[in-house]
Amino acid sequence: MSAIANTIFSPELAARFDKLVTIYPLKRSALVPMLLYAQDEVGYVSDAVVAEIAQRLDLLELDVRNVLSYYSMLRTKPAGKYNVQVCTNISCMLRGGFELLDHCKHTLGIGHKETTEDGLFSLEEVECIGACCWAPAAQVNYDFHDELTPAKMDAVLDTYRAREKK
Amino acid sequence: MPDVTLTVDGQKITAPAGTLLLEACKSHGIEIPAFCYYPGLSLQAACRMCVVRIEKMPKLQTACTTPVTAGMVVITDSPEIAQARKATLQLLLGNHPLDCPVCDAGGECELQDMTFKYGAADSFYTEPKNHREEQKWSPVVYFDRPRCILCYRCVRMCGEGMDIFALGIQNRGSSSVIAPNIPAQLSGVVENGVELAQLDCEQCGMCIDACPVGALTSGTYRYKTRPWEMNHVATVCTHCGDGCKTTLGVRSVSDGSQILRGDNRDKSGMNGDFLCNKGRYAFDFANNVERLTSPLVRHSDGTLKPVSWEEALTFAGTKLRDLRQQRGPNSIGVIGSNRTTNEENYLLQKFARTVIGTNNIDHHRTADFVTLATALQGTTGKFASQRDVEKAPALLLVGGDPTNQAPLTAWNIRTNVRLNKARLYVANHEEIKLRRQAKAFVQVAQFGYGAFVESLGADNDFSNAVRAEEQLIVIIGNELRGGELANLIKALPNAKFALLADYANSRGASDMGVLPDVLPGYQSLQGSTIASEYGAADAPGLDLLAMFDAAAAGNLSALYVVGSNPVKRFGIDPTALKSTFLIVQDLFLTETAALADVVFPAANLYEKSGSVTNSYGDLQLVSKAADKAGTRSDFELIVRLADHLGHDIKSLVPFGSQAKGLRADQGQTRGAESGEADRHAVWITANNLEPKLSPFDPFAILDEIQRLVPGYDKLLRLQLLSGNDQHIAPASSGLVQIENRKDLVLPSSDTLFTSGSLTRYSPMLQDVQRHQTTEVSGHLTSAD
Amino acid sequence: MPTLVSHPDEVKVLSKRFGLGATNIDRYVELDGYKATQQAIEQGPEWIINTMKASGLRGRGGAGFPTGMKWSFVPKVSEKPKYVLINGDESEPGTCKDHLIFLNDPHAIIEGAMIAGLAIGAKTGFIYLRGEYRYLLNIMEKAVADAYAKGFLGKNIFGHEGVDFDIITQTGAGAYEVGEESALMESLEGKRGVPRIRPPFPAVVGLYGGPTVINNAETIANVPHILLMGGEAYAKLGTERNGGTRLFGISGHVERPGVYELPMGYSLRKAIYDVAGGIRGGKQLKAVVPGGSSCPVLRADEIDVGLDFDQLAKAGTMLGSGGIVVLDETVSIVEFALRTIRFYQHESCGWCIPCREGTDWIKKTLTRFHAGGGNKKDIDNIQYIAENMLGRTFCPLGDAAAMPILGFIKKFRPEFEEYLAGARVANPLIQIQPVGEHELAGAH
Ligand SMILES: Cc1cc2nc3c(=O)[nH]c(=O)nc-3n(C[C@H](O)[C@H](O)[C@H](O)COP(=O)(O)O)c2cc1C
Ligand code: SF4
Ligand code: FES
Repeated sequence: MSAIANTIFSPELAARFDKLVTIYPLKRSALVPMLLYAQDEVGYVSDAVVAEIAQRLDLLELDVRNVLSYYSMLRTKPAGKYNVQVCTNISCMLRGGFELLDHCKHTLGIGHKETTEDGLFSLEEVECIGACCWAPAAQVNYDFHDELTPAKMDAVLDTYRAREKK
Repeated sequence: MPDVTLTVDGQKITAPAGTLLLEACKSHGIEIPAFCYYPGLSLQAACRMCVVRIEKMPKLQTACTTPVTAGMVVITDSPEIAQARKATLQLLLGNHPLDCPVCDAGGECELQDMTFKYGAADSFYTEPKNHREEQKWSPVVYFDRPRCILCYRCVRMCGEGMDIFALGIQNRGSSSVIAPNIPAQLSGVVENGVELAQLDCEQCGMCIDACPVGALTSGTYRYKTRPWEMNHVATVCTHCGDGCKTTLGVRSVSDGSQILRGDNRDKSGMNGDFLCNKGRYAFDFANNVERLTSPLVRHSDGTLKPVSWEEALTFAGTKLRDLRQQRGPNSIGVIGSNRTTNEENYLLQKFARTVIGTNNIDHHRTADFVTLATALQGTTGKFASQRDVEKAPALLLVGGDPTNQAPLTAWNIRTNVRLNKARLYVANHEEIKLRRQAKAFVQVAQFGYGAFVESLGADNDFSNAVRAEEQLIVIIGNELRGGELANLIKALPNAKFALLADYANSRGASDMGVLPDVLPGYQSLQGSTIASEYGAADAPGLDLLAMFDAAAAGNLSALYVVGSNPVKRFGIDPTALKSTFLIVQDLFLTETAALADVVFPAANLYEKSGSVTNSYGDLQLVSKAADKAGTRSDFELIVRLADHLGHDIKSLVPFGSQAKGLRADQGQTRGAESGEADRHAVWITANNLEPKLSPFDPFAILDEIQRLVPGYDKLLRLQLLSGNDQHIAPASSGLVQIENRKDLVLPSSDTLFTSGSLTRYSPMLQDVQRHQTTEVSGHLTSAD
Repeated sequence: MPTLVSHPDEVKVLSKRFGLGATNIDRYVELDGYKATQQAIEQGPEWIINTMKASGLRGRGGAGFPTGMKWSFVPKVSEKPKYVLINGDESEPGTCKDHLIFLNDPHAIIEGAMIAGLAIGAKTGFIYLRGEYRYLLNIMEKAVADAYAKGFLGKNIFGHEGVDFDIITQTGAGAYEVGEESALMESLEGKRGVPRIRPPFPAVVGLYGGPTVINNAETIANVPHILLMGGEAYAKLGTERNGGTRLFGISGHVERPGVYELPMGYSLRKAIYDVAGGIRGGKQLKAVVPGGSSCPVLRADEIDVGLDFDQLAKAGTMLGSGGIVVLDETVSIVEFALRTIRFYQHESCGWCIPCREGTDWIKKTLTRFHAGGGNKKDIDNIQYIAENMLGRTFCPLGDAAAMPILGFIKKFRPEFEEYLAGARVANPLIQIQPVGEHELAGAH
């Protein structure tokens, strides 16, 4: 049983949250991870997510919004199932990050922060993701893909497409 | 903290160790610019305007966060520092709309002042500015994002100061923005197809006050005028019993002078930084088109018709005199007001007792001050002042809900707890919001305050802690009256006490003896000096309810009601007054006025001079700010009515040759420029001269009040006229002890957005109520 | 998956278990794992701190503060609990070294945290990874769970009565500024990543108001090795006042980009030309950003300098996070500068005026300038803004933004002028998000 009746989260996530709020010296510490995990499950941080997390942490919804709007990985609108995040920061830029992003724009037919019509992919240009020595790099959701070329990128996208077909 | 000495700009200055450099400099006349710093709120160091050079530090340091230390050497102004400040301003102005000519804050803007000082007006950016439309967050709060400099004062004021937390900061970097607590997509408020974010809060406007620029503006004032086109008159708010000083911005209009703005620019009052929704905006009843501007007399066809002053006064005076003669003085009743001045209250009861010759005088009581005064008689220093609430190390709040009913009291409690770590104990039958600041909370049963008082003697954590406090201030809500109140006072022999009442001069009305069974200063009807001077009847008169009973029984020949609406308040059946001659003096045609035979249009508290006493007994000067053609002050009306009754008014108001001193009109009757009048008055008093002006000059009767009313004898005229508050303690011995008094206290149950009968004449209060109940409903008010 | 590289000049202290399966706790123990912790328990705090001081280890997070000294600032007695906080927010562009430690040697971080805890008397450690490092968090979480299962974490560690240590792991959610130590504490407390006013410093008032030691992940991963090999021995590997070795990430236009562990003071020229195999495709070197994007650029003729904090400071730049970014002759400095300032503009927390507005104006001006709409005054204006940010902001992010910009203008001004003359033109691929309306929440 979740600590919250009528939770909007899956039983697993609800149970995880029940535990998460207990491990810190201050409950509120769980806020940032909770937002991220909720987004992973719901797809984005919806108003309902904000409301339940506020309730779980005894915060005002405004507090939650203040925090959520600070962090760039958190979004308040749905994205594609696979969020393709291409780094164009300096090390990646030097090794073709912009070209890679451009390639993705063309192959996916979408721009920055847009989602394909089938809802499968969305695209985002991101800041340095800590893969500078293996540039250019991209993340699809939480998976790292590095030393990319346009051709390798196509292959990567195909693996996600294939996952859907199964 | 021991004092330390440091050098600032070559000058040696001394300040307690730990003082912030910025404050230390300020107290020595060295002004350091700052946007984000605000005394009493948490430190930010965000604006970087206060940078100074401190010896041995590699970088410029922020004076707002640096505590002074011994031997510190500081430069607060140098080319380097001026350049840093200038560059910061240039960066700010890059995105600033520079719409000063149409900005409400123009002329009162810290950004303007700084730019003027550091000459950063040259903008060298060619890129477009980040624009965003102005937003209406509530009827009284508007937000203009491009003007915002992100000093976070509003956010802190709302959160730390008000304990509401309705404002936040969202996004980051140059997208950072102040945001209200109801996001656009959830507000349900749509304008021109756009969803609007909304503010669900106490609508106090403290955020607007704190804003150094024109980013937050007031819905009632915006685009009305330029600040320099107004006169600014500091006076006392008419709404609740806390006694906030409010500064009214007034401008001449064709029928007098009109209030355009209420704010707290003065900050010299006991309310310090604070002003609530009503103090700030609810002056608008004064400008209401429904204001009465001509005397009315009931015609033979049963309708009220406008007549001349002379006609109305003659009619009322003659009729009253006849009725007194025919049916005796005790067939006449007088009802006073919680919102008129001390002078008017005093005069009214004197009118009843000496002109009419009856003790049938009362008012709508909202707290049991009689018990307080009698329980504390013969003591000294046992009445708590509003300023005590701000400083005392420990407070006990029994009953009451200051957050909603006495907002300044709540502010002072919160501030004291926050800044001085005061210990707050709360006993209440409801989980009032102030329990969040409380160290301990006791839940009292709905009518269980008697039991609570008894439990104070018992051995439990709460009572033990309360009894152990050596300097305790006890603030008491109107739940406690009579015996319970007296017992509470007895139970805590070392404490100081205050009673919360509901209106600007509730306490004053009691102190001035607008009561049937005691004379001014709670003195006995028998044997006191004042009793013999009045030579009035020594039997108690009818109380307010008894007067209406008498009327219903056909035993009340006439009733004179001043600034009160008892018919509505006490639910009086109109037919009860069928055979009573009714004179009503008021701003509006209230339920009571509508039944009257004669109606006099009165001035309100913002349109007259005098003094008022708040719930705590703090006496303050009321200054005439606005002026409404066609109205007269209650003071003048009482005097004129006495005159038309054929009374020798010199025995009512000691003025003119009867008293020694000056006689000229010093300006008090001269309209909105009362600032000028005050300056004269200050001068006159400072030179030991008493301003005896005209029979309509309220100060003429202040002498008598000082002479006859215990507690008020201590007040210093110069302090009063300088706009300072003075604490009054009417507790000399020999006060009347009345056994088995009837409980006549009827709390007005006002909220943050109501103010008795004035509520419905304030469009702003109506708007805000609608906003809070419909537009932002579904969201909890404030943080709990 | 990141490729592991190696070079004969490397001195593998910290990286010696990389690629050896040390994520497995048994394997880690085989490779001398958890020995240092037991030694630390036996020898006590004073010994630990002295060893750390002797090692000359300086913080690998960027500022290079001596670690032993930092630990010694923590008051012995404190009313509030003390904490150890491991900064794994690694977000400085050009930097990916902590990435490899989390991936290959998570137990070294746990051990380092425990030892720091023993040294200062903390019983709880937090390991904070940047939000993007979710797969590394999983590795870290497993390592922590394994350590608990073995009784290495929790109560009565290694059977020592009263010796307790707990570790909590978590991630951020996308914010460079949260790498700044006080902003990190705010974030960990569930707030916006805005830095705190200092003083008080974290060693006195830190996480949850308790005294806190905060160290970079690489710094902390060095600790067990130092205890095992001895402080002096570690110090000797490096140069004076710059003890030991460091993970250098060499990225950009080199033949063999990668993370190499080199002794402090190693030649920058050799690092580029020998270790990383020289400039890719036989091109000429144009410039080097020696320690992450916030460090002022070095021209090709300025690379004869030793890679340690002091030598690079003397050269007018910084060692920073050890991320060496190498630019060949084809790079447009204006494009590079634009991409750099765009990052800082995006990551400024917005708290203070000079950084919030300064980064925004430099970005806007440079965007127009790069697109061909520049005028002569722009270069001076950019420089003016950057100069007026430097040293005036609330936290060092403002400096981090201003310093590289000043470096680019100072060292490559003629190249800026080429844009004015039309000799260089915009790279159409560098599209900057238009400035305009942002939604209230999630406007990045
Ligand atoms: C804007 C900014 C970002 C930072 N980001 C990081 C970071 O990602 N990782 C890190 O370890 N230190 C970062 N730091 C440095 C930390 O503030 C802090 O100095 C460091 O964690 C201390 O650890 P150390 O002494 O082991 O280096 C950053 C500092 C600033 C000003
Ligand atoms: S320099 Fe100022 S705005 Fe920039 S990140 Fe630091 S505190 Fe935030
Ligand atoms: S007042 Fe000091 S930084 Fe704003």
